[in-house]
Amino acid sequence: MFITRRAEFSASHVCRNPRLTDEENQAVYGQAANARGHGHNFVVEVTLEGEPDPVTGMVFDLKRLKEMLNREIVQPFDHRFLNIEVPPFDRVVPTPENLAIEIWQRLEPHFGEGGARLHGVRVYETEDLYVDYRGART
Amino acid sequence: MICLTRRYRFSASHRLHTPLLSEADNRELYGKCNNPFGHGHDYTLEVSVRGPVDEATGRVVHIDALDRLVRSRVLEPFDHRDLNAEAPVFAQLVPTTENLAIEIRSRLEAGWASAIPGPRPSLDSVRLSETRRNFFEVRGNHEESQ
Repeated sequence: MFITRRAEFSASHVCRNPRLTDEENQAVYGQAANARGHGHNFVVEVTLEGEPDPVTGMVFDLKRLKEMLNREIVQPFDHRFLNIEVPPFDRVVPTPENLAIEIWQRLEPHFGEGGARLHGVRVYETEDLYVDYRGART
Repeated sequence: MICLTRRYRFSASHRLHTPLLSEADNRELYGKCNNPFGHGHDYTLEVSVRGPVDEATGRVVHIDALDRLVRSRVLEPFDHRDLNAEAPVFAQLVPTTENLAIEIRSRLEAGWASAIPGPRPSLDSVRLSETRRNFFEVRGNHEESQ
């Protein structure tokens, strides 16, 4: 069974690689390369996989998941300029692809043997653009 | 590997009617969708792309290139068109959302290699919604899966 919890944060970012020229950055990222940055209301959907516990009837305690998402994602990311204030995005371009990978890496250690496991992270940059990451093995 | 999905919208009219069945059978099968004058929908198209994240750019696909491909192969030919009358493929084939999704996928596949530059991510799935209450998804190569 899969359960999904949604979290939201608003943040600014700029998508440009200092190793590329201005023209190359513009060609790759378009408007997102504007050096002063811009922002989005990012939406994160975290999906866990497991079976309901025979005693509690729950795959995972959603209160714990909510607190985990707040601590690991919302508090460090919300109302921040990702490139300046949230490592590793001082050296990793904060595309939605890299955001999904970073969020996965922050959450994955919290899910051990037995119990629920982390199945997927979906990051919506806008309603019309989202990425799914299911770990390095897939 | 990462999967990126981009959403597009287009509006088109169609009529579900197959020459393989009688008038009465068409009315019975397709119901309101068989109305002789046609009707329309606001379609939502989700195109998913799968591949590795490029280390330099942090991207799985060049979004502008994907947008250009979808615009030229799908949105321009279909948006604000009468699919039965204006899209040649549907002159004979019934423009159900199933057939439309398959047609969109094959159009994207036909233009893929020239539209997506550099290391190529693959086309993962095409999901087409006709109304908010239904959607149709084509995963993988349709011809191979038949």
